[in-house]
Amino acid sequence: MAAIFQGVGAAATLSSSPSNSFVPKKFLTSPRRSFSVRKVPSYVVVRSDGSVNFDLNSKSRRAQQLVANAVATKADSSAASSSSNPGHELLLFEALREGLEEEMERDPRVCVMGEDVGHYGGSYKVTKDLAKKFGDLRVLDTPIAENSFTGMGIGAAMTGLRPVVEGMNMGFLLLAFNQISNNCGMLHYTSGGQFTIPIVIRGPGGVGRQLGAEHSQRLESYFQSIPGIQMVACSTPYNAKGLMKAAIRSENPVILFEHVLLYNLKERIPDEDYICNLEEAEMVRPGEHVTILTYSRMRYHVMQAAKTLVNKGYDPEVIDIRSLKPFDLYTIGNSVKKTHRVLIVEECMRTGGIGASLTAAITENFNDYLDAPIMCLSSQDVPTPYAGTLEEWTVVQPAQIVTAVEQLCR
Amino acid sequence: MALSYLRSSSSRSANLLRPLSSAASLRRPISTDTTPITIETSVPFTSHQCEAPSRSVETNPSELLTFFRDMALMRRMEIAADSLYKAKLIRGFCHLYDGQEAVAVGMEAAITKKDCIITAYRDHCTFVGRGGTLLEVFAELMGRQAGCSKGKGGSMHFYKKDSNFYGGHGIVGAQVPLGCGLAFAQKYSKDESVTFALYGDGAANQGQLFEALNISALWDLPAILVCENNHYGMGTAEWRAAKSPAYYKRGDYVPGLKVDGMDALAVKQACKFAKEHALKNGPIILEMDTYRYHGHSMSDPGSTYRTRDEISGVRQERDPIERVRKLILSHDLATEKELKDIEKEVRKEVDDAIAQAKESPMPEPSELFSNVYAKGLGAESFGADRKELRATLA
Repeated sequence: MAAIFQGVGAAATLSSSPSNSFVPKKFLTSPRRSFSVRKVPSYVVVRSDGSVNFDLNSKSRRAQQLVANAVATKADSSAASSSSNPGHELLLFEALREGLEEEMERDPRVCVMGEDVGHYGGSYKVTKDLAKKFGDLRVLDTPIAENSFTGMGIGAAMTGLRPVVEGMNMGFLLLAFNQISNNCGMLHYTSGGQFTIPIVIRGPGGVGRQLGAEHSQRLESYFQSIPGIQMVACSTPYNAKGLMKAAIRSENPVILFEHVLLYNLKERIPDEDYICNLEEAEMVRPGEHVTILTYSRMRYHVMQAAKTLVNKGYDPEVIDIRSLKPFDLYTIGNSVKKTHRVLIVEECMRTGGIGASLTAAITENFNDYLDAPIMCLSSQDVPTPYAGTLEEWTVVQPAQIVTAVEQLCR
Repeated sequence: MALSYLRSSSSRSANLLRPLSSAASLRRPISTDTTPITIETSVPFTSHQCEAPSRSVETNPSELLTFFRDMALMRRMEIAADSLYKAKLIRGFCHLYDGQEAVAVGMEAAITKKDCIITAYRDHCTFVGRGGTLLEVFAELMGRQAGCSKGKGGSMHFYKKDSNFYGGHGIVGAQVPLGCGLAFAQKYSKDESVTFALYGDGAANQGQLFEALNISALWDLPAILVCENNHYGMGTAEWRAAKSPAYYKRGDYVPGLKVDGMDALAVKQACKFAKEHALKNGPIILEMDTYRYHGHSMSDPGSTYRTRDEISGVRQERDPIERVRKLILSHDLATEKELKDIEKEVRKEVDDAIAQAKESPMPEPSELFSNVYAKGLGAESFGADRKELRATLA
C-alpha cells in the first residue's frame, strides 16, 4: 500500500496516520526541520515496506535548504510543526510517560513493573503519577529482584498481558540476562509459535556523568545476539514517545534503550496520536559526502561535529539508526550507495558493539559501493572510570568525529 | 597506676590517665584507660535458631571515647561529602551513611583486620573503619589520583586490600556471593578469620543472597551476613518490598540475631558473638536495626517516602553519637567540653583532608588504559585519540 503526501506543510498530514495502522508512514526527514523551510511542493511516495521515493529534483534542493539547520538543537520551537497544529513542548522523560500513559489508557492489558516506579514515581520520573492514575496492580513496585520480576513479566506476557518492565539502570538487567535471552527471546520459537511475548523492557543506560563503571554500561552490545528480540534506541522526545508506543503495541519482545543524559531534552511534539516504526532509521541530516550512522546520545555529538564539518565544507549525511536489531539496511544501503563512505559513531565499546555488527553487515551487503573502509568510532574497551577527565576520554567526542570524517574523505 | 589530675572546675575520677606535660590543657586529653565497664544494651537481642548473647557488654573508657571520636569523624566526613556534592566537586552517585555509623564502628571493635568486610555502595564509613584515611576518601570522591582507587572507582568502589576491605559494590546484592567466597577462601586456608558480608533491606530480596547462604551453610563457611536494615530500599519501605521484614529469620535453617544497630555496644557484642559462632558452626545472619538520615543518595531528597518527623524523631531518640556521648558523660569519662573539643578537632581533620584532596591532581590520560588487565599478558590497549596509539602492556 502506497500513500502519496503533498510536501507543503505536511507535518500535520505526516503525523495523523490512521491510529490503528501498525506501521505508520513516517517520513525519514523530521517534519519540523525540513518542511518549515520548504517553498516548492514536491510529491513523496511512501510504501508500506518503509521505503521512500523522493522526487529527484527536490532532493538536492532540500539538501541545500537543510544546511542551515544542520544541528539538531534541543529546543527547535521556531521550526515547529506547521501552523495548523502547534503541538506541545515537553522533555524526553515526559514524552516517554505520555506514550506509556496513552497506551495504558488504550489497552487495559498494559502494566508497568519495576523498582520504585509506582509510589516513588520512577527514579527518572518516567512513571510519575501513573500509579495514582492506574492503581497498584497496573503500576507495580517490585522488590529489588531483577531476575525474578523480569521473568514474571515474561510469564505474564505469555498469557497475553503486555507488561513494560523497567530496569532502573540497564546495567541491572544483567541480572535478568537468562530470562531475557532464554525466555523472552526464544519462547516464541521453541513453542512453535504458540506463545508471543509482547513485553517491553526499557531503562536508561549509557555513560552518564561520572556514575561509575557498573552504572555506565551499554547493554545493547550484549543483547544484540539474542534471537527473537527487537532492540530500539530513542534519542529525541519525538521518537521516544513514538518508539514507546510502537514497542508496546508490538507482538514481539522489544528492548527500548534510553540514555541517562537525554532525559531532559526538550522538543515540541505533535498533539495527535503517532508512532514510530520500530525497524526504521531516522534521517537526521541528508548529505552527499559521507554517511554517519549513529544512535542515542552520540547523535548529538555527531550533530555538533556536523556544524564544524559544514563550516569546513563537508556535507555529511547523518542517520540515527534507531533500530539496533534489526538494522534498517534499506535506509543505510541507500545512503551508502549515495555517499560511498561510512563512519559509525557509537557509545558501545569497540569489541562486539553495535558498530562492529553494523560494519560487518554493511561490508557484506554494500562492499561494492564503498570507496573507503568503514570507520567505526566507539568507546574505549575499558570499564568506565569515575574521574571526569578519564570518562570524557572513554566516549567519542565531536573533535574525534571531525578528524575521522576528514580522514575518510581524503 | 592511674594518676589523678585536677582540672579547673571538677575533679576527675582516679581511673583516668592524663598526660603530664604543661601543654596538656591545650591538647585534647586522651583516655587510655582500659578498666572494664559493663554496660547494658538498651534493647535486648532477638534470636532465631540460636541463643542470644547477654545484654551486658564489656567495654572500657578508652573504647567508648574511640567510638565517640570515630563516629564523630564519620559523621563529619559524610556531612562534608554532602556539601562537596552540592558544590559539584563530587558527581554521579553518592550514598551517605550518616545515622548508621554505629554499625561500622561497633563491628570493628569486635574483630581484627584479618577478618574480611565486604559491603555495598554505602561504603565511605566502613572504609574509614577499616583504616582508610580521609584523604583517600575525599580524593576518590573527587576523582583524584590520591584516591583509594586512583580516582577510577568513585563513591561506590572503595577498596582496601591490606586491611581486608573488599568494597564497595554498585549492583545491589552482588557483594553477598562475593562475601561468601571470601569466607570460603578463609576456610580453605584455615586462618581462623571470618567474613562480614553487609547488605541492605532492599538487597535482602535478591535471590543470589539465598543461593549464597545455602552454599555457605552446606559447606560450613565462616560467613556472617549482616543486613543493615535502614527500613527503606531507596524509595520503597521494607513492608512494601518484603513479605517478612524479619530479615534475621529469613535464613530459615541459618541462625539469626536482631540487633539495635544504633547502639555501637550492641553491635560490638553481636559481632563478637557472630564471629565465635561462625568459626564453629557456619553462617549466621545479623540484622542491624538502623536508620539513614539522608535520602538513598544525593539525588534523592529522602522526604517523599517518609516524614520529616520520623527522621527527626530517630535523630533525637536513637542517634548513635548522642548515645555514646550520654554514656561517656554519665560515667564521667570526659567532660562535655572535652567531647566538644574532639568534635572540633575532627572537623578540622576533615577540612584539612578536603583541602589536601583538592590539591591532588586528576588522573593522567594513560590511566584510562592501566589496570584493565594485570600486567605481563601482552594485552593491547588503544589510545585515547584513536590515532593508532597502542600501548602494549609488556
